[in-house]
Amino acid sequence: MPEPSTDVIQGTLDMLILKTLSLEPMHGFGIARRIEQISRGVFKVNPGSLLTAFQRLERAGWLNSEWRQTNNARRAKFYSLTRAGHKQLELETDDWTRRVSAVARLLRTEG
Amino acid sequence: MSFFRQLTRGLRVLTHRRAADRELSDEVQDYLEQSIAAHVANGLTPDEARRAARMELGNATAVREQVREAGWENVFATFFADLRYGLRHMLRTPGFTIVTILTLALGIGATTAIFSAVNPILFASLPYPHAGRIMGIWDFAPYGSRSHVAFHTYRELAARSHSFNAVAVTKPWQPTLVSAAEPERFDGQFVSASYFRVLGVTPFMGRDFDPSDDRLKGPNVVMLSNTLWKRRFGGDPTIVGRQITLDDNLYTVVGVMPAGFENVLAPTAELWTLLQYDSANIASFQTREWGNHLRMVGRLEPGVNSDQAKKELEAIVLAPMQEFPRPPWASHRQGFVVNSLQDDVTRGVKPALLAVLGAVTLVLLIACVNVTNLLLARGAQRSAEFGMRAALGAGRLRLIRQLLTESLLLAVIGGVAGMGVAVLGVRALVALSPPELPRIGAISVNGTVFGFGLAITTLIGLAVGLIPALHSSKEDLHAGLQQGSRRTVAGHQSTRKILVVTEVALALVLLVSAGLLLRSLERLFAVVPGFDAANLLTMQVQTYGHRYDDDATCNRFFAQSLEAVRAVPGVSDAAFTSQLPLSGDADVYGAELETANNVHETHDVFRYGVSPGYFETMGIPLRSGRLFDAHDVTAVPMRPVLINESFAKSKFQGRDPIGQRLRIGGQVSRPWDIIVGVVGDVKQTSLAVSQSDAVYVSTAQWLWADGTQWLVVRTRGDPTSLAPAIRQAIWSVDKDQPVVHAGTMKELLAASAAERRFALILFEAFALTALLLAAAGIYGVLSGSVTERTREIGVRSALGATPANILVMVLRQGITLTAVGVAIGLAGAVAASQALAAMLFGISRLDPVTYLGVIAMLLGVSAMSCWVPAWRAARVDPATTLRAE
Repeated sequence: MPEPSTDVIQGTLDMLILKTLSLEPMHGFGIARRIEQISRGVFKVNPGSLLTAFQRLERAGWLNSEWRQTNNARRAKFYSLTRAGHKQLELETDDWTRRVSAVARLLRTEG
Repeated sequence: MSFFRQLTRGLRVLTHRRAADRELSDEVQDYLEQSIAAHVANGLTPDEARRAARMELGNATAVREQVREAGWENVFATFFADLRYGLRHMLRTPGFTIVTILTLALGIGATTAIFSAVNPILFASLPYPHAGRIMGIWDFAPYGSRSHVAFHTYRELAARSHSFNAVAVTKPWQPTLVSAAEPERFDGQFVSASYFRVLGVTPFMGRDFDPSDDRLKGPNVVMLSNTLWKRRFGGDPTIVGRQITLDDNLYTVVGVMPAGFENVLAPTAELWTLLQYDSANIASFQTREWGNHLRMVGRLEPGVNSDQAKKELEAIVLAPMQEFPRPPWASHRQGFVVNSLQDDVTRGVKPALLAVLGAVTLVLLIACVNVTNLLLARGAQRSAEFGMRAALGAGRLRLIRQLLTESLLLAVIGGVAGMGVAVLGVRALVALSPPELPRIGAISVNGTVFGFGLAITTLIGLAVGLIPALHSSKEDLHAGLQQGSRRTVAGHQSTRKILVVTEVALALVLLVSAGLLLRSLERLFAVVPGFDAANLLTMQVQTYGHRYDDDATCNRFFAQSLEAVRAVPGVSDAAFTSQLPLSGDADVYGAELETANNVHETHDVFRYGVSPGYFETMGIPLRSGRLFDAHDVTAVPMRPVLINESFAKSKFQGRDPIGQRLRIGGQVSRPWDIIVGVVGDVKQTSLAVSQSDAVYVSTAQWLWADGTQWLVVRTRGDPTSLAPAIRQAIWSVDKDQPVVHAGTMKELLAASAAERRFALILFEAFALTALLLAAAGIYGVLSGSVTERTREIGVRSALGATPANILVMVLRQGITLTAVGVAIGLAGAVAASQALAAMLFGISRLDPVTYLGVIAMLLGVSAMSCWVPAWRAARVDPATTLRAE
């Protein structure tokens, strides 16, 4: 059962995936673990949502995928960011920053 | 780019379903294993790691399902899955499938076929530019019915009216073309020069008629139809300006009409020439220019409507007599009829076509009701299945979708089969169509009709699919699961009962209509035509060539032909007449009676010029006086004439008409004719029209020689087989004379009722379909009800009900449904019969025999369809049923 406090914020999963992949190509589990680690366990990624998001982002042309060998000599599906993906990440990051600062301002005045 | 990716990836999933599935499950599996490896690295034992990883991932199938559902292609995949499932289900229940598809095919096919036929006739505009502006214009006969117009009326209206862009008149023309082989007679039209301008059609080659040629003794010019040009003249491109011989005269070809030209006023016409009437002498009334015998059409100016045009025409004919002299029969006191040409050409067939259209709509309605009922019944049988699927996680929308897919599948298959029915139906309709049906060439299964068929198919699919879908999903699904024990009698039975009642009611309406038409036709054929139609051969003989311009030569030709025909073996009697009963001829003259106070009244009568022996050949009885004999062929000062019974009754009121005097043909200078005999009435116009007055004269004593006459031959054996020998006999006198319209009197009798018969055949077919569908509906509901009530019936018989009790119980249920349907249907039938009134003959639209007969038949059929389920119910073994609990 998903715990609300550790679920990814609605609508941010795509951005988190894009951000994670902007560093280096990765496979699904790697991305999930990276998001968890960097958020220090605040966000827990639902595998179903994650895989669905991969399909969506890939079809949108932001990700490419290929089956590759992993470090421990197994085959895994690796995802990498396309040029369009980079652009999208910038867009989403800007958008997010704007929203967050707006919310932060609101919270300050209310408080 | 992204759209392209969306498309290709989706398509790849659809086309390589298995590879895509494998890739996805590989990815999920991989994810799981990575997760396990990570947990192991964090110090868990492999078992603990596996469990933890599984916990995190959740149900792997659910994950795969989640990913799969996200793509657009999933909609299709589900649709195909539903389709496959639906097909499999249909094959498992072939009875249901066949009945449903047949019902739909009949309903859709019949509707499409009828729509195909009716559309070009009643609804599509005529094939002319701005066809809505073309009007048919009629005068009124003194006795009130619409009549053709006289040339001078037309000329006066054309000269003074401003409402019309162009007006034209036309009358039939039957020119003969003699070639090396047999003489060929064509159908054509005499037209005023403006005719093609009214229609808005210009020649494909050459020029239109020149108005300055349209005068008395103008040049002989002819316009050819495209088919005639190709057929007789090999599509000769130099035909315009050349001369051809028609009726022994040279005609200059002025033009050829375009290939697609449809001439609705005379569909068989292949050539046109100018009317060339005399525009002068308007004040002399005894001329053909004052005979009401021309069909008038006009093209309205833009912005003028038919009412305005009618008012204008009626104002014109109020002109003072000196300004516009006119005879009593063209007084125009009753004004004019100005109606659209479309209404004009469809006037005769409109009631029949609308009735047929109404009937086929009822059939479609019954088909829909029946299919709904079938789907509903199946939905009830499948409630357990749907309960199971819901329990396994199928959402309500998903179930509705599944059912809708299945009903659409049925509807589409039914629609395709229906198209087949429609194609065959249209062919049958054209083959069966009565000769009066206009625009028959324009009838075909066309794109519009196909669209119509497809639209109703889809609508029916959705409409019919929705009802069981809502039913199934509304039901408590747990109850559905428990229904394995059939403890509950579902409430949907009431819906199905309502549907069956509807079906019975609709079927009754159709059956009563068909019954009324059937009885009308029986009555019609029971009408005595006034002559003996058995073994009577008829054909039209026409003189051709200027040598017959002389009356004596013409009369001699007919006399010699008669001799030759009488000599043919197998001929027992033969005669000529100027007009033949039921052939469509209507040769009406004014007959003036000599009265005591010297006030001469004129009555309209049919004028027959006959050869002596006509009455004997036709079998028309003599009532009093004498018939014509061999002496009545020479000119005498006072011609002997015969009148018919109705004339004698209506005009002589008990006085003996023999020896009374009358004058026919309107020439005051002529001496009186003397009535020498009274003969029986003969149906001239049609069997349904009661007899008008008639006067017979001997052809040889008439004012002029009739150049076209009907030969009637009484034969000893089959009349049809004698036709070639008789034709040869006429040609032995003169081989250039056209002989046309050979046929038997029986055929003419049948043709005179063709329109009624056409409607009757269609109504019978529809009524039969309706009856079968209603019977299937009753059977379906009762049989479903018995299945659902098996336990109840078991308990009843365990408690002492005899098989007979149970039989009666089920029968009563079925008969009650029928009775309610009949009661409702009766009201509908009474209303519907009003629409049929124009097509009924000799019976009331509330004819009790028809109504009682139909009710008895419907109850009988319903009892038969109740019998099987009732019998099955009566055989329910209480022990087996109760043990099954």
